[in-house]
Amino acid sequence: MYNKYSVALGAALAVSVAGFAGGAMAKVEGDTITIGSSLSLTGKYSTNGFHTQKGYDFAVKRINDTGGVKVGGKSYKLKVVYYDDESTPSRASQLTERLVKQDGVEFMLGPYSTTMTKAVAPVTEKYKVPMVEAEGASRSLFTQGYKYMFAVLSTSEYYLAPVLDLVAQRAKAGWKAPSDLRIGMAFENDGFSLDVRAGVLDVAKKYNMKIVIDDKLPADLSDMSATLTKFKALKPDILLVSGHSKGAATAARQIEEMKIQAPVIAITHCEAAKVHVKFPKSANGLLCPTQWLTNLPNSEPIFGDAPTYDKDFKAAYPEYNTGIPYQTAQASAAVLVFKDAFERANSFDRDKVRDALAATDMNTFYGPIKFSEAGNNIAKPMFYRQIDADGNYKNVVTFKDFDMPRKVAY
Amino acid sequence: MLDNLQLLFVYAPVMNVQMILDGIFIGAVFALAAYGLALVWGVMNVKNLAQGDFVIMGGYLAFSANNFGVHPVIALPFISVVMFFYGVLVYKLVIRRVIENDMFVSLLATFGLSLFMQQVMNLVYGPEVQTVDSHMHIMTMFDDFVTVPTIKIVSLALAGVFATGIVIFMTKSRTGQAIRATAQDARAARVLGIDTDKIYMLTFALNSAICGIAGVLVSMIWVLQPFYGIVYSLRTFAIVTAAGLGNLPGVIGMSFVLGWVEQYAGIIAGAEWQVAAAVFVLIGVLSWRQIQLRRQRQVVR
Repeated sequence: MYNKYSVALGAALAVSVAGFAGGAMAKVEGDTITIGSSLSLTGKYSTNGFHTQKGYDFAVKRINDTGGVKVGGKSYKLKVVYYDDESTPSRASQLTERLVKQDGVEFMLGPYSTTMTKAVAPVTEKYKVPMVEAEGASRSLFTQGYKYMFAVLSTSEYYLAPVLDLVAQRAKAGWKAPSDLRIGMAFENDGFSLDVRAGVLDVAKKYNMKIVIDDKLPADLSDMSATLTKFKALKPDILLVSGHSKGAATAARQIEEMKIQAPVIAITHCEAAKVHVKFPKSANGLLCPTQWLTNLPNSEPIFGDAPTYDKDFKAAYPEYNTGIPYQTAQASAAVLVFKDAFERANSFDRDKVRDALAATDMNTFYGPIKFSEAGNNIAKPMFYRQIDADGNYKNVVTFKDFDMPRKVAY
Repeated sequence: MLDNLQLLFVYAPVMNVQMILDGIFIGAVFALAAYGLALVWGVMNVKNLAQGDFVIMGGYLAFSANNFGVHPVIALPFISVVMFFYGVLVYKLVIRRVIENDMFVSLLATFGLSLFMQQVMNLVYGPEVQTVDSHMHIMTMFDDFVTVPTIKIVSLALAGVFATGIVIFMTKSRTGQAIRATAQDARAARVLGIDTDKIYMLTFALNSAICGIAGVLVSMIWVLQPFYGIVYSLRTFAIVTAAGLGNLPGVIGMSFVLGWVEQYAGIIAGAEWQVAAAVFVLIGVLSWRQIQLRRQRQVVR
């Protein structure tokens, strides 16, 4: 009698232990590695949230189709579990807790935007879950001493600063001394744009350029005509604007309306704001920073080079035929980084994977990837494209590759 | 700051022309939305926190019309009719239930309405920034220094026409008189046979139509985004609070003042002070009113 009970009890215990073990082992079950991600699939970041998701999915599928991830002589498949954070930071951190504690996920892919990454990173850090993020560019993410977060993209202070390098080199080659260049700039008063500004200030100081306008646009301002009127009066050589898509659309609209004649204009997020379609006159000659160019020559075994990625992605998702946003490319690159780290760690131990991630030094279709102590990618530069009169984006590789002064015909 | 003043009054005084003109154009659009708010506030004592979202909704309707190949200015009468009926619907569903309650309930209800409208617009149009091109000429003066887009003049004219129309409607028509009577004393109006429920509905619908018109103009002058209504809500509240309810010349005057203050603050103190300056004006006006009232407040406490 007694024995029977103990057998039953033992069996029940065994089942429950197995159950628990199953829960905790959810990251690698059978031949599947589960990676979690909280993405903005509804709300204000949803457009880019979807771009990111497609990038992750495309890379996961490609890696699985080309032999998967090889660890300990066995081939594993990748799988991503998504939750929708509704573009709300508090929701994103809740969902990350849930992914880690309830779903037992031990590896994370980043959310979309700096704001969301800031909400998620403390959670992944607390549980020591390695996260590779592709969409949070703010410098401030990498000053927190996070050990488990790695970012494949160039950080925000490089968005506009290299424009000044390009213009300075160009100016030296027969226009005027870089120290005679005058800058007018307007940045939205938020973390991202102020980082962009900090980068610009450093470079301007290096060349001794003079900043004659330095406006900070309030987040709820849809009118920068006061700044532009001042610009017309002072006539600086360079106009720099950063304020996400909203800032780009407002700037392009009012640059056209006020017939601004600056020789160089650089604006962030011009592609996302579709300025080349909506304001072709002012868009002509605009310099736009981008994380990725479709003609990068770097080649790797999974995707090949950038043109091949571009072609294959468009074949898989025909709705992107007009152009792939860089958000998608860098999301795919993040998945590549994970595969590479798993294989080098040859283990699924979190800390071993973390150390492997920190030692990443690889070439991808997206550009070279190598992380600093702080976790940001220091190997890849920011790229530029200039919009031409027909609304096409022309890649700028060296300082000779862009039109200056920009050709304007309002 | 001193450099900026010097620039403004010594080196490039022509700038003033641009800024005064811009101030007027900005003011004209704000005046429309602010008058609608003053109407609803004065007549029904409902502080409509969704005011800006009605404006943005009008803008998005113009955007849709433009996508169908109809110029927003031509679509404007239709949009105002659509917005009128939308106003009727919102009144029947929400506003009617909160009029009799205290202020807090109406604030909560309209705040909820605002969130709801933002999310619906976000679902329908997506979160990207949208603009509508008016395809109108941009005039220049002073050797290209001062630019005046024709659309802004058209907007000013349209705003003027609608404002005049509303004034005539309010003073001459029986319905307008009934609205004013209800605003003065709803109970007395009811005693005299005015169906105040209907008047409230009309007032709210009228406000919605006015916001729609303002939104059409906004879509062609600035940019649209589903979460952008708050900009217009804030400014219209500042204007109406400073001007006082039921004071149309005050509302219009205050709108222009706000437009100018924003422009000049933007140049002199930098763009980061532009919106703050509008709030300072509001604080100034309210303090001045307090001082005036204190002088008169001698007996009754």
